[in-house]
Amino acid sequence: MKIRKIAELLQADVLCCDERLDEEVYAACGSDMMSDVLAYVKNQAILLTGLVNAQVIRTAMMMDMHCVVFVRSKQPSPEMVSLARENGIVVMRTDFRMYEACGTLYSNRLGCEGGAHD
Amino acid sequence: MTEPLRFHYLVDGGNFTSAGEASVEVKKKLRQLGFSPEVIRCVSIAMYEGEINMVIHARGGEAEVLVYPDRIEIILTDQGPGIADIGLAMQEGYSTAPDNIRTLGFGAGMGLPNMKRYTDEMRIESTVGVGTKISMTVLVNK
Repeated sequence: MKIRKIAELLQADVLCCDERLDEEVYAACGSDMMSDVLAYVKNQAILLTGLVNAQVIRTAMMMDMHCVVFVRSKQPSPEMVSLARENGIVVMRTDFRMYEACGTLYSNRLGCEGGAHD
Repeated sequence: MTEPLRFHYLVDGGNFTSAGEASVEVKKKLRQLGFSPEVIRCVSIAMYEGEINMVIHARGGEAEVLVYPDRIEIILTDQGPGIADIGLAMQEGYSTAPDNIRTLGFGAGMGLPNMKRYTDEMRIESTVGVGTKISMTVLVNK
């Protein structure tokens, strides 16, 4: 699934790196606990979280993730957005809650067996 | 025997926001040196968890990374409280981190297990009241 499609499905505001919206991602991980995210390895994944601090962006960097989605209307700080921009990570925020955001992406086949290639 | 490349970092114990900066540096250096993304990811995640641990539990410490042609070694040393029961600390979900750390996204009891998961060898030497030394090795050709 293209990152652009994720932004559309989640009615999200893209906060940086919108030049990378046409990149494909194949998996997603939703968690507020960063060590749970670090235990999970998938290529070309996105991270959905309600946690807001610099370690979210650093966790995404360690995992080579392409995109971070802040759920529940959480607003990342300018420093966090700037760190993400420097490292080419798309950041977006949505009013969806974690359950709705993950459910919406899953029901559109992101991360499902066979994947989403639209 | 080839002399390894050495990188040395001081991990600031008083600043949760900057925790992980040494791991980011190591990741960049390994990328410049041309290691595979898998090897780089293993080293940087293991070191990142270690850095976070040193900030949470030990008021900071030191990290040394030795780069050999066939392996990368990460040595983390602190003068923190030490680990009383290493077997227990290695169990997923066991944590002695204070509650406020969980609100920051860590302290789930996954740090040490993740470090072991991403490395080929891990050794913990710890003395209560003195400190902890963790040595990890990631092999380059798996």
